[in-house]
Amino acid sequence: MLKIKDLKAQIEDNQILKGINLEINAGEVHAIMGPNGSGKSTLSSVIAGREDYEVTDGAIDFDGEDLLDLDPEERAHKGIFLSFQYPVEIPGVTVSNFIKTAINESRKGRGQEPMEAREMLAKMREKSALLEMDKSYLSRSLNEGFSGGEKKRNEIFQMAMLEPKLAILDETDSGLDIDALRIVANGVNKLRSKDNAVVVITHYQRLLDYIKPDYVHVLYQGKIVKSGGPELAHELEERGYDWIKAENA
Amino acid sequence: MTDLAQDLLSSFLVAESQLNGSRNLGVVSLRKKAMDRFEQQGFPTTRDEEWKYTNLKPVLKQDYRILLKGDDAVSFADIKKYLLSDLDTYKLVFINGKYSSWLSESTHQSFDICTFAAALNKYPEVIGDYLGKAAPEGTTFVDLNTAFADDGAFVRIKRNQTVDKPIEILYLTTDENGPAFAQNRNLIIVEQNAEVQIVERHQNIGTQPNFTNFVSEVFAAIDARVSYYKVQNDALHASLVDNTHVVQERGSNVHVGTYTFGGKLVRNNLHFYADGEHTESHMDGVTIIDDGQTVDHHTLVDHREPNCYSRELYKGIYLGNSHGVFNGKVMVRQKAQKTNAFQQNDNILLSERAKVDTKPQLEIFADDVKCSHGCTIGQLDKNALFYLRSRGIPKKEAEGLMTYAFASDALEYVKIPQLEKRLNRVIADKLGINLEFAL
Repeated sequence: MLKIKDLKAQIEDNQILKGINLEINAGEVHAIMGPNGSGKSTLSSVIAGREDYEVTDGAIDFDGEDLLDLDPEERAHKGIFLSFQYPVEIPGVTVSNFIKTAINESRKGRGQEPMEAREMLAKMREKSALLEMDKSYLSRSLNEGFSGGEKKRNEIFQMAMLEPKLAILDETDSGLDIDALRIVANGVNKLRSKDNAVVVITHYQRLLDYIKPDYVHVLYQGKIVKSGGPELAHELEERGYDWIKAENA
Repeated sequence: MTDLAQDLLSSFLVAESQLNGSRNLGVVSLRKKAMDRFEQQGFPTTRDEEWKYTNLKPVLKQDYRILLKGDDAVSFADIKKYLLSDLDTYKLVFINGKYSSWLSESTHQSFDICTFAAALNKYPEVIGDYLGKAAPEGTTFVDLNTAFADDGAFVRIKRNQTVDKPIEILYLTTDENGPAFAQNRNLIIVEQNAEVQIVERHQNIGTQPNFTNFVSEVFAAIDARVSYYKVQNDALHASLVDNTHVVQERGSNVHVGTYTFGGKLVRNNLHFYADGEHTESHMDGVTIIDDGQTVDHHTLVDHREPNCYSRELYKGIYLGNSHGVFNGKVMVRQKAQKTNAFQQNDNILLSERAKVDTKPQLEIFADDVKCSHGCTIGQLDKNALFYLRSRGIPKKEAEGLMTYAFASDALEYVKIPQLEKRLNRVIADKLGINLEFAL
């Protein structure tokens, strides 16, 4: 589904990604771990199309198409979703208005008709229930006055509504208490299928107790320095990142 | 002296004795003195500090008719869209400055919601006590209005009364007079612990240019609560100078919201005089204008007593070659300790040809106060734009949505849900975005 080849990216002459190689297939869950400043969030931003980053080398292929040529919205239309570490507050635009706009613009981008109002409403009810969100959420301004946990739940709610092929969860566990973590993870697990894939970017093992990865990668200094199965996450939890740093010194 | 000033002087001589209230000697003397001051002063030019950024010359050049006729041909169907159709309201409708009783719904029952003309005859003592007491003498447009205005809205809410439904005041201009120079006046008296909500609108429904010089005096007595909303979405050939002056007594709470989406030249002079302790003065607004439009907000809050709060939030969105002006003056007198004054003016320029002049002006003579002010002129937040685009919303729509969010932030204090919805819809339409509000 997603093939990243020797990806190098910089921001304001500061080289952050120094040759990433990664292949993700439908049905898989990948975890990307690593110490602060290793390039985890940069990688997710570059996949989603943030324009602040300049890709200097390499390629990202998504279902046979070169992603780097596409605008962020076009990537979303193809089925890429990024759950933000810091979701943006948009006062004056309700969650329901926002998600409706996002869904119908995505459908338009794919040449589909807008979703029927009734279907939209039913879906909003179903997905907000999945994330144990009160109905009043839908009429609140997007992320405005939301707690950290509410913001993250709202991200996964949007993911549930948009049904992406590839979902990247950037530090979705940060700022969550254990109950919110369980709800968010449960939401993500319910959305998993053989046709979609999930990339979990995290600093800690904690979230991976709930969302079980098939593969774990360690990102350090802009490169994937180690890949393995779920046991690698446990090892990192026990030993920290110092041995990784030492191995790559 | 300009042609228009001369026309005004000669028209005054002709009309003076026929104006409503001309049997009231106090009113007659007020008018004469005001006209004398106008004769001395004439119209302001860009050499006047208060008019530095707004040039009146092009709109005053027009040959306007000053003594106007009403227009019986206007029906309810013509004006329906300018009223809050889904809400029961009192209505005062004026056509070319003349009261239209058949389009209005006034009352004298528990409170007076009627015409200024009627009050001039019916309540000479009230007129004597209040007329001209809020609007300052010596400013050209107020003087001119004092001299000529003999109709408008009269609202008097007695002690402890809460008006059961909002009042809509609609001033319409038709082609009946050719280019028209209209001068009306509101007198709004809200007695102790009384409450009222008012929605006001000036609208040119014809094809001829018009100029409105309008004065509104608002008196909020002890603990009175007033919400006064000004919807300004007039035709491109309409100009308006609105002079609204609010006097507040102890514990009163007054909100004036100004929502400007149209008009060729709109100047709002909005003055608050906080004359008692523990008053709250709220003024906010949204301006969205495009090619060929100028909107100038001049505000003043005069803190004269201790322990008062004022809040001012103006948002502006400028397209095409539009021009915005914001001049916000906050005066804190020596006596006014513990004043808490907040002022913010945020602007977004969506075109390289659009221009904004913004000027906060603080004059503080007390030493124990909290005053903050800020103004911004900028573009949209890149981070937020990326967030929206990453959800599949194309760049142009995302910008529209963000601009909408930026503007609607200033509608927080609108207490009439139907009005808030209407304003949100106008904003969405102006920005070309498609949102559903029936949620």
